[in-house]
Amino acid sequence: MGEKLLEVFDLRTRIGRGPRAVRPVDGVSFHIRRGETFALLGESGCGKSMTALSLLRLLPPAGRIAGGRVELDGENLLALTERGMRSVRGNRIAMIFQEPMTSLNPVMTIGSQIGEVLELHKGLRGDALREKTVELLDAVGIPDAARRHGEYPHQLSGGMKQRVMIAIALAGEPDLLIADEPTTALDVTIQAQVLDLLRDLQKRYGMAVLLITHDLGVVAQMADRVAVMYAGQIVEQAPARRFFDTPQHPYSRRLFQALPDSSKRDRPLTVIPGSVPPLDRDFTGCRFAERCDRAWLHCRTQAPGWFDTGADAGVLCHLFDPGLVPETAPEATQEAGAASPEAPAESGSQPLLVVDGLQVHFPIQRGLFKRTVGHVKAVDGVSLDIPTRRTVALVGESGCGKTTVGKGILQLIRPTGGSVRFDGDELTRLRGERLRKRRADFQIIFQDPFSSMNPRMQVGDIIEEGMVAQRIGGDRAQRRARVEALLQQVGLRPEHAGRYPHEFSGGQRQRICIARTLAVNPKLIVCDEPTSALDVSVQAQILNLLKDLQASLGLAYLFITHDISVVAYLADRVAVMYLGRIVEEGSVDEVLEDARHPYTQALLSAVPDIEPDSGRAIIRLQGDMPSPANPPAGCHFHPRCPKARDECRRAYPPETALSPTHKARCFLLP
Amino acid sequence: MRRLLPALLVVAGWALLALLVGRLPLEPDRIDLERILLSPLAAGGLGFDDLGRPVLDRVLTGARTSFLVAFGVVALSAVPGVLAGSLAGYLGGRLDAGMVLVMDVFLAFPGILLAIALAGLLGPGIDNLVLALATVGWVGYARLARAQVLSLRQREHVVAARALGSRAPRILLRHLLPLMSAPLVVEATFGIAGVVIAEAGLSFLGLGVQPPEASWGSMIRDGVRYLLVAPHLVLAPGAALFAVVLAVNLLGDALRDRLDVRSGARERRTAA
Amino acid sequence: MRAWLLTRLLSAAWVVLGVASLVFLLIHLVPGDPVEMMLGESAAAADRQALRETLGLERPLLAQWLGFLGGALRGDLGQSLYNQQPVTALLLEHLPATVELAAAALLVTLLVALPLGVLAALRRGSGWDTGAMGFSLLGVSIPNFWLGPLLVLLFSLWLGWLPVSGRDGIASVILPALTLGTGLAAVLSRMVRSSLLEVLGEDFIRTARAKGLAPLTVTLRHGLGNALLPVLTLLGLQLGALLGGAVVTETVFNWPGIGLLTIEAIQRRDYPVVQGCVLLIALGYVAVNLLTDLLYARADPRVRLGGGA
Repeated sequence: MGEKLLEVFDLRTRIGRGPRAVRPVDGVSFHIRRGETFALLGESGCGKSMTALSLLRLLPPAGRIAGGRVELDGENLLALTERGMRSVRGNRIAMIFQEPMTSLNPVMTIGSQIGEVLELHKGLRGDALREKTVELLDAVGIPDAARRHGEYPHQLSGGMKQRVMIAIALAGEPDLLIADEPTTALDVTIQAQVLDLLRDLQKRYGMAVLLITHDLGVVAQMADRVAVMYAGQIVEQAPARRFFDTPQHPYSRRLFQALPDSSKRDRPLTVIPGSVPPLDRDFTGCRFAERCDRAWLHCRTQAPGWFDTGADAGVLCHLFDPGLVPETAPEATQEAGAASPEAPAESGSQPLLVVDGLQVHFPIQRGLFKRTVGHVKAVDGVSLDIPTRRTVALVGESGCGKTTVGKGILQLIRPTGGSVRFDGDELTRLRGERLRKRRADFQIIFQDPFSSMNPRMQVGDIIEEGMVAQRIGGDRAQRRARVEALLQQVGLRPEHAGRYPHEFSGGQRQRICIARTLAVNPKLIVCDEPTSALDVSVQAQILNLLKDLQASLGLAYLFITHDISVVAYLADRVAVMYLGRIVEEGSVDEVLEDARHPYTQALLSAVPDIEPDSGRAIIRLQGDMPSPANPPAGCHFHPRCPKARDECRRAYPPETALSPTHKARCFLLP
Repeated sequence: MRRLLPALLVVAGWALLALLVGRLPLEPDRIDLERILLSPLAAGGLGFDDLGRPVLDRVLTGARTSFLVAFGVVALSAVPGVLAGSLAGYLGGRLDAGMVLVMDVFLAFPGILLAIALAGLLGPGIDNLVLALATVGWVGYARLARAQVLSLRQREHVVAARALGSRAPRILLRHLLPLMSAPLVVEATFGIAGVVIAEAGLSFLGLGVQPPEASWGSMIRDGVRYLLVAPHLVLAPGAALFAVVLAVNLLGDALRDRLDVRSGARERRTAA
Repeated sequence: MRAWLLTRLLSAAWVVLGVASLVFLLIHLVPGDPVEMMLGESAAAADRQALRETLGLERPLLAQWLGFLGGALRGDLGQSLYNQQPVTALLLEHLPATVELAAAALLVTLLVALPLGVLAALRRGSGWDTGAMGFSLLGVSIPNFWLGPLLVLLFSLWLGWLPVSGRDGIASVILPALTLGTGLAAVLSRMVRSSLLEVLGEDFIRTARAKGLAPLTVTLRHGLGNALLPVLTLLGLQLGALLGGAVVTETVFNWPGIGLLTIEAIQRRDYPVVQGCVLLIALGYVAVNLLTDLLYARADPRVRLGGGA
């Protein structure tokens, strides 16, 4: 290992003033060596991004650094003048951000946005400037760089924009690259491309990388060393290998246990109860004590110190204090007790919902007379069965049409073709009052629990809304009693009925949304990415709740998601979508263990695994998903398919049955 | 709140005057040729106009005209405007396309011009003035309401309400109107300021309130002729007008900040 | 870009048709007999009949409408009832004065609003900001027909620097332009400020700062370029208020433009001239908005180059 490049001592950052000032970074120390990748791992609000912005002194206007030292090659950055700091930014330390969509200036060409760094820090002008810019675009894998140089950000896809951001960061040839959630906004196959690129460039340029992420899988793929942040502090630090083998801090261990995967399918996920404490106050004990299953009295009264557990490794926890004897039993095995009874396997169960050849085409209208010049074939012939008491997962990357399938089934968008039969009724032909009455049977939960509730309505009224609309649930007193019962059923308290949505956390809001759907006694719930806005620990709570409700109420779920690990944990059947069509469908084991379609294979292999160096070959897909307004001829996947043949360009492949329950559409299959 | 106190006082005084002016012992129409064009310094009060009428009495009476016109016009434009705009936005289709064309045509007449033309054709009088201003004014509310409905109806709680089987009127009342009210209230507040100027403007052009009835606008119009010899004829009604408009605008700004309406209500002036 | 342009032009054409129709209908929508309104109740029956024929009011409404549109297309808007001149000639005679006034007012607006708005945004919360926004509030609240006489009182009557009214030389345009430009400058400076503040909170500004660029470069190169785009659209819309305000301002200063002609025509019940004036100003406004849209499209690559990825 090389020499230390960056050392951070007891860094403290405040946002706001006075006694209620928030302390997102509260005594953080770590170091980064030349050429290594150091990952800062944590859930939202733990202070990891604020740590990064503090290093560059780019805090938002209300923020300030209240103490500590940041030494780059022995020079304290916090003592530099603002002018001196500017010669560090973009030059010795560069940064890329989470949102490539909004992080580039929309009215400047990408070439000039890269060029201004070269001009500023390298003094390049004229032809040399242009040459170097093109070289950088080339280096980050932007095809046809000489031409793309003059394009604007809106002409590039999300993955390409993030490559441009990386090129901007590389332009100053920095010693340290700070990457703040660099792939969180990207699809998993694009994430794989960008992570590859970062790894490559790091080797080539010998940069150190500070990787900030919430994703254990990304850490496993990238990091040499890991630090875990919780509530403004680093609670554990270790070399990556050791961290993934034996996480030490109770919080780290819980994070691993809360991750859904197929091996945990038969039992509830371990959850971390409660939520992150607010950071605008003093703590007397350990910040995690309230949520820790191994905490004892001492943890609540005494803040823990830092204990080294090996070379480059240490933990902020009383359990590791050699002078203390923990007063607690070995780790509670909560999951064993609460295992939910698996729904009886009714292999021949009646399908509740039969979707056949569903099409949702949106007309593209041009001109004054709204002439239809084409169609966006968002959903183009999707067939799908959902049995009662079962979960069918619909998997795909953004823009593949999976959300539109959900809305088309629910008749929230009227399909342009195909049939949707629910319990024997053809929904596409239901109109007006009959459809309105029928809506009680099929409900929907959304991704964003913040916008899915009316901020002006009380929680009780929100939950009651469906009962009022459907005229069910008796008189007002009976409905209110039912609201309270529902709140308890989803793990909230009856008195929450009188509060407003903004008083709740993300996970709690999602529980309210679930209660709202349950109020009308649905048989099917379309869950549209219900956990992707939530942290892992909260996600586990919601997944458990959904599983419990399925067992007790006999619900069927259409689970729309891009997250393979959630699918593995929750789903009975899986359908994989690409550009408006289902390319492979089967039982969860068949699809995840024995994927046959090249797209499914690539998708699965691109998901970062939490086993470091698992040695698994990753299938890299080239390019981006084409537009559904203009899908490629033949098999939609052929331009990106590593195995494409001539016939793939000519016709869309027919369905091949691989087993009674497993089918795929690919010419390569027998 | 303390910063707003002067503005609140001005608006309260304006409203109070409008309601009580009939019961005050004022003589806005009393002609006295002895006092023609006497200045405030020479005669006390706010002086006298070209017919020897007391300017103070006329300014106070003018408050009623501007108040009645302002609230009448805002009510007559906001209610139909919001109704038309939100229905068009919610129902969409041909109704919406037609409504957009109508709005575009109305909005193609710059500022106060259409009101000037209408008031000119309808002839003088306070009823015609209100009618002309409302005919022009509803479009702004309709456009704002339509834009609000279009963005709100995409929100997931509205989709969820549809999925639960709620009927359209209930969705409009519970999910859309409450969330639209903030920008609409702000727009209406600025609307009042706009109409006050517009009324005075039309009266200034001789198209609004007719003599001998007092209006700040017509007082300025009559006073301009004597600008050099009797500037108080222009200064007094103008100052009253300016104070009311400034106060209402201040309240509008405060409301906008309070309700956190981001550029929703466009900064638009109906008037000259 | 070409498709966008075509769509924009077509929709402008629809609006022009709508505007012309509404102007045509103005006379017919008004309750009562237009001829009676024009001539007064005491007019002789023969005179009424003559006017009715001149205006073609005997024909069915549809034919009148088509006739009006057809005439407008050929540049024939009828004759003035007052002095029998062709309306088009009257309009052309008064147009240059209005264009001159509007251009001068626009110049005043830009010279005041841009520096003021930028300064207020950069020194947010300071005395500069408070002062600029205070000016803006005053400017929005002061009516033209009061500001005008005040300026005349101060600069013409008391100080004697500038002419009271009329159109005679460059000095005579100063007061009308100030009067007309103040309100617009007030609105625009506020818009420049809020737009710039919003842009300065964007992610790409953080990117620019992370590059190590100096604050002034960040503000001017990355901030202002983006902030002025919405301002451009607003400017187009606000020019409407400017054109409408010109009617009042021209009356105040006896400025011989279209606005003054409108008011005189209304007073003389010279309806063909009123129609012509309203139509001309409205068409001017449609054209100005079309122009700002085109400028916007030139300035914003997202419109110029189309959707992309």
